[in-house]
Amino acid sequence: MSDEVTNSMSELSHSPRLDAKVPAGRLQEKWDAYKDAVSLVNPANKRSHNILVVGSGLAGASAAATLAGLGYNVKCFCIQDSARRAHSIAAQGGINAAKNYPNDGDTIWRLFYDTIKGGDYRSREANVYRLAQVSNNIIDQAVAQGVPFAREYGGVLANRSFGGAQVSRTFYARGQTGQQLLLGAYQALSHQIAAGRVTMLPRREMLDLVVANDRARGIITRNLVTGELERHAGDAVLLCTGGYGNAYYLSTNAKNSNVTAAWRCYKRGAFFANPCYTQIHPTCIPVSGDYQSKLTLMSESLRNDGRVWVPKDPTDTRAPEAIPEDARDYYLERRYPSFGNLVPRDVASRAAKKECDAGRGVGETRLAVYLDFDAAIRRLGSSTIQDRYGNLFEMYERITGDDPYRTPMRIYPAVHYTMGGLWVDYELQSTIPGLFVLGEANFSDHGANRLGASALMQGLADGYFVIPYTLGAYMAGIRQSESISESHEAFTATEEEAGARIDRLLNNKGDKSPTQFHRELGQLLWNHVGMARDHAGLEEAVSSIESLRDEFWERIRVPGSADRFNKNLEFAGRIADFIELGSLMAQDALRREESCGGHFREEYQNSEGEAVRNDENFADVAAWEHTDRRPVLHLEKLSFENVHPTTRSYK
Amino acid sequence: MAKNMTINLRIWRQKSPETPGKLVDYTVSNASEHMSFLELLDVLNEQLIASEDDPVEFDSDCREGICGSCGVMVAGIAHGPQQRTAVCQLHMRSFKDGDTITVEPFRARAFPIVRDLVVDRSAFDRIIAAHGYVSVKTGSAPDANAIPISKDAAEEAMDFAACIGCGACVAACPNGSASLFTAAKIEHLALLPQGQVEASQRAVAMVDQMEAEGFGDCSNYAECEAVCPKGISVSGIASMRRAYMKGVFSK
Repeated sequence: MSDEVTNSMSELSHSPRLDAKVPAGRLQEKWDAYKDAVSLVNPANKRSHNILVVGSGLAGASAAATLAGLGYNVKCFCIQDSARRAHSIAAQGGINAAKNYPNDGDTIWRLFYDTIKGGDYRSREANVYRLAQVSNNIIDQAVAQGVPFAREYGGVLANRSFGGAQVSRTFYARGQTGQQLLLGAYQALSHQIAAGRVTMLPRREMLDLVVANDRARGIITRNLVTGELERHAGDAVLLCTGGYGNAYYLSTNAKNSNVTAAWRCYKRGAFFANPCYTQIHPTCIPVSGDYQSKLTLMSESLRNDGRVWVPKDPTDTRAPEAIPEDARDYYLERRYPSFGNLVPRDVASRAAKKECDAGRGVGETRLAVYLDFDAAIRRLGSSTIQDRYGNLFEMYERITGDDPYRTPMRIYPAVHYTMGGLWVDYELQSTIPGLFVLGEANFSDHGANRLGASALMQGLADGYFVIPYTLGAYMAGIRQSESISESHEAFTATEEEAGARIDRLLNNKGDKSPTQFHRELGQLLWNHVGMARDHAGLEEAVSSIESLRDEFWERIRVPGSADRFNKNLEFAGRIADFIELGSLMAQDALRREESCGGHFREEYQNSEGEAVRNDENFADVAAWEHTDRRPVLHLEKLSFENVHPTTRSYK
Repeated sequence: MAKNMTINLRIWRQKSPETPGKLVDYTVSNASEHMSFLELLDVLNEQLIASEDDPVEFDSDCREGICGSCGVMVAGIAHGPQQRTAVCQLHMRSFKDGDTITVEPFRARAFPIVRDLVVDRSAFDRIIAAHGYVSVKTGSAPDANAIPISKDAAEEAMDFAACIGCGACVAACPNGSASLFTAAKIEHLALLPQGQVEASQRAVAMVDQMEAEGFGDCSNYAECEAVCPKGISVSGIASMRRAYMKGVFSK
């Protein structure tokens, strides 16, 4: 992309194609006003509406269960062999809510404010406020389902602190909060399956969106056991397919997490917003070898009691226990005295990178810092620490062979979450009418950086408490006579295209495996579109990714055939889409000439190395439209009427 | 530095539920002690693709022991020799250079083979759908602190709720019983006031479904607890039986 194009982009004004449909009125009253005015769908009519929910994580399972409970006819799809295995299950630390049970000063406003500030003022005020408002209902709902949250001795719910907040508002179930919340939603979904109101289709991958007369009408899936392509018609499609962190190959995402469903929607006309906003989580187990298939997160909650440090002297190679207190640099506590080890994720990750870049990294690869529990164990006793983090300590020991009760953990940042995603309005509707996007798959709510324990909150807010209302607004406006059947030509054409892509992959018979391409793409993105980015590196990424794409279609080798269980065929299709997405991520990062949240441009930092935002030119959402040539940028200008964007400081 | 290892594998290959399968020998000569067992299979598969052979199919997703997707018999033990560990978290440092390891799918009448090491565990979903839930619709919940729950009860419920639904308990059981899986959900919910309302009917419905799916009954071998990656206790099975009897007689 040339400089000329980049410059002209920042001068764009608000795109008329991006109407966020934020209700009028005071921030605190918008959601109530919306609910007061939204059209309702007659119960008898709900039964005749078919809703397709793609994905069964927190967003998908909660949406499918809730909509079925309301009377809609729901089909739910998941890529795993069971809805219970969606990747939300791996979330460890907790879920935020503004309950203020600890009486430490929390309010809905504060949760809203912390989330907007944590997102570095790159999210939409009205969406974030609504998220904070419904946060409390989520906790009530989960407890009623039997989610075994941690309790105090008196029988009330316990809370802990998380990064980016000065109150304790995080609810948790040991280090398995995502698992327990997902099982709650999965069980609610199972209830509806048993009642015959949800048809569950596991081991299905969405390969394309069917659009006719400018509306989403259905999807094409592949049955991952038989290989058969299937058509599913629906009055609305809810995309709940998670984030695109696996573009980097090594990430904390599950092996099957991918962007294909969202990318196919992008190619059918849904705008992709802020693809450059990726979250690098500061506390992951470091890479150990080139066979590595994924990275494992160690929950942010560990930073409540763990202290992060490196040796002051880069040549100090003593064992960590042998390094005396005065030879250690607790660099987060030193640089950020008021938040200390609990600074937000983007800040903590960059700080770790800075130490390692300066040669003070530890361990075999020198790409790690210590996370030390010694002080906490001495203060609280190891049984308290075991209560809080026992399963995480075990997991760490299993992977590394080291015992964190005796020696500090070694940690390093890794790709964890993507704030970018398909653009949606206040109703969670994309730029394709009838296509709604929930949870991590949309770009909403977290701006340029997500706070810990807010992903679970957003997924469940979208599914349990937002979409049941906003979907009604769309359904009330469509007529049954307009729906199309699965024999419609749009289905035929879309299915043929999906089949042709599969044939092309299988018939290529090259000499490189899908995983080889995935690793190369991941390395490119990590080096140039990772924790720190700059103009030259991003331009190089755009051109290297283009060559990689050409090479992919020349040399890809996919074993086996299309009519059977074939993991490598699945991977190959997803990698082809990741390569295209990677290019858009780099282009978006190139255009955003500022540093904000997870997007750090080397050119835009102050003398202390802190991010420098540019609110005058970049207080916007960058939404990209697919065209046959290059992607076209549309801007949603963000206006802050209730908070005043300041320099984010955690000092 | 990490040690290099040569590992011999005998892996069950089966093209479909109908065709017979067999054990096939492979060697991976560039394994590392820091690799996970599934990464060893990844390396083998890359080798197979390069030699235009058919890669080994297996299920895996999170690779951090929580999603329950993975699960194979490693040297005759569900999830392999390391206790309380799903096979994705089993690392090659548990083996020696030159070892020969047999890898087979989880076998049970109620888990038909899909391909190679992949099995169909959808019977578990049907057991949960039978009544593995609290009947509460979205929006009808009281305040989360309205009902106090003792810390001990919450912790014990969590011990059972930790089940990842991998199916190792079934594969290890001489009867192919899903009692540990079923009991874990029944107990998780029975220990909490929210779940107690439907406790009896839940136990009856889930146990009946387990039987209908073709799982065997429990005869107290406790092999299931020994292989459970989450260490779920067989004590839940005794409680499940009491709840079942109570439910049957109160009908």
